[in-house]
Amino acid sequence: MARAVTSRRKALNTTLAWLVGFLIFFPILWTILTSFKTEADAIANPPVFLFFDWTLENYEVVQERSNYMRFLWNSIFIAGGSTILGLLVAIPAAWSMAFVPSRRTKDILLWMLSTKMLPAVGVLYPIYLLCIQLGVLDNRYALVVILMLINLPIIVWMLYTYFREIPGEILEAARMDGASLKDELLYVLTPMAIPGIASTLLLNFILAWNEAFWTLNLTAVDAAPLTAFIASYSSPEGLFFAKLSAASTMAIAPILILGWFSQKQLVRGLTFGAVK
Amino acid sequence: MAPAVFLLLVWMLVPLSMTVWFSLRSYLPLRGGDQGFVGLENFVRFVSSSAFWPSIVTTLMIVGGALLISIVFGILLAILLDQPMWGQGVVRILVIAPFFVMPTVSALVWKNMFMDPVNGLFAHLWRFFGADPVVWLSEMPIFALVVIVSWQWLPFATLILLTAIQSLDGEQMEAAEMDGAGPLSRFFYLTLPHLSRAITIVILIQTIFLLAVFAEIFVTTGGAFGTRTLTYLIYQRVLESQNVGLGSAGGVYAIILANIIALFLMRIVGKNLDR
Repeated sequence: MARAVTSRRKALNTTLAWLVGFLIFFPILWTILTSFKTEADAIANPPVFLFFDWTLENYEVVQERSNYMRFLWNSIFIAGGSTILGLLVAIPAAWSMAFVPSRRTKDILLWMLSTKMLPAVGVLYPIYLLCIQLGVLDNRYALVVILMLINLPIIVWMLYTYFREIPGEILEAARMDGASLKDELLYVLTPMAIPGIASTLLLNFILAWNEAFWTLNLTAVDAAPLTAFIASYSSPEGLFFAKLSAASTMAIAPILILGWFSQKQLVRGLTFGAVK
Repeated sequence: MAPAVFLLLVWMLVPLSMTVWFSLRSYLPLRGGDQGFVGLENFVRFVSSSAFWPSIVTTLMIVGGALLISIVFGILLAILLDQPMWGQGVVRILVIAPFFVMPTVSALVWKNMFMDPVNGLFAHLWRFFGADPVVWLSEMPIFALVVIVSWQWLPFATLILLTAIQSLDGEQMEAAEMDGAGPLSRFFYLTLPHLSRAITIVILIQTIFLLAVFAEIFVTTGGAFGTRTLTYLIYQRVLESQNVGLGSAGGVYAIILANIIALFLMRIVGKNLDR
């Protein structure tokens, strides 16, 4: 009897949850579907859901007309570069804070966090002006540095919470067994730290990829990543839903896939370890 | 540690002091350049301009609306996703997906494919029921923006609240059930208090990000139809009308506002650090 009730409840939960999940996911699904339609099908009334002439034409047009590859490369360069640079700066910092904490460690960590709270618009003009005077407006390298600095607090924090979970006893044990400092680093700490570093890398790549304040304000042509490329579709001429969808799908697909791998780390990274 | 601290220190202090410096001067790069020190005049002018209070109201409505939607639905969704069901992992993936969509894409997809008064899905739906399609972005622009922004942030709230709910003690729940507590009283006396810390964190973090919402406005209304938030107003003052002194004063206000919220967040995070 009790079993029958739970199984019915489970069925009800399942139905409801799938329905809600579908609704929330629908805009993305609709974008992906529309990207395979002709422009006429894209605005058809009543809307066509699955039974239309599937075409890859939009993807070809977007590639040809807008030099999509250059925007894609800029996105990869900026997101990847800022993440790797950020890790290089953050790993030693998080390492020393986790393994050799001093009395000020907590204050420094909190202060780093506070820099993340600084509203970007508050320093928009100074950064803009500095970029002009250094001649790096619309420059990929400048964006790498800026996005690195923006995400540095999150990188340090995430790494710190991961490193802190590596037990200190294990180092002592290794030392007892006669491991040198180099052995310790190479064979004990590094393997234990790699999962944490990998998830930090993933999350920050996503955050940098989707960053849309500095990338919109500091780029024009040469350094514009996909965020700016998509924004250029905001003043449309004529029929363009299918092409917008194709461009959008290409811009979000890689991150959706990466994001699904990183959902656990997302919680830790964005709540600064306060919710695990 | 030193390089990271040094970099962040420079990154924070240099632009910040420049903003404060500019905010005290009359500085119009395209119209006369730097015209010297004017004291606190920019600060007074920024708050007394006719655009200031509407921008505060807009900011509060967008931040408040998106917070309300993402917290209320986030709690409901988290409870739903915590129940036993088939394909939980897949549903989770579907629900979280919008968070990974870049802001310009989600804003444009909503603006065109859903809210377009002629060809958008909502227009089709409205006509199907015999109603006149709504021109969302000019007739109810703030509501439209709240929908877009909530869609982006609901997954974040859900994910964090779900993580918190999963740490709720199952035995406690069972005991309450045995003692005859109904689902509602179980929710109000067990689940909600258990979630209170996570809810606070979601509110604080989202407030910081929501105050900075920019791209969504940039590609939908461009600040028209009363959708100028404080952030957008400062952006327009600084880059569009190139009144750097005035905009910088606004920037200082925004920094102070964000710092007040950040202070609460830090206290919670800091407490957590001691444990």
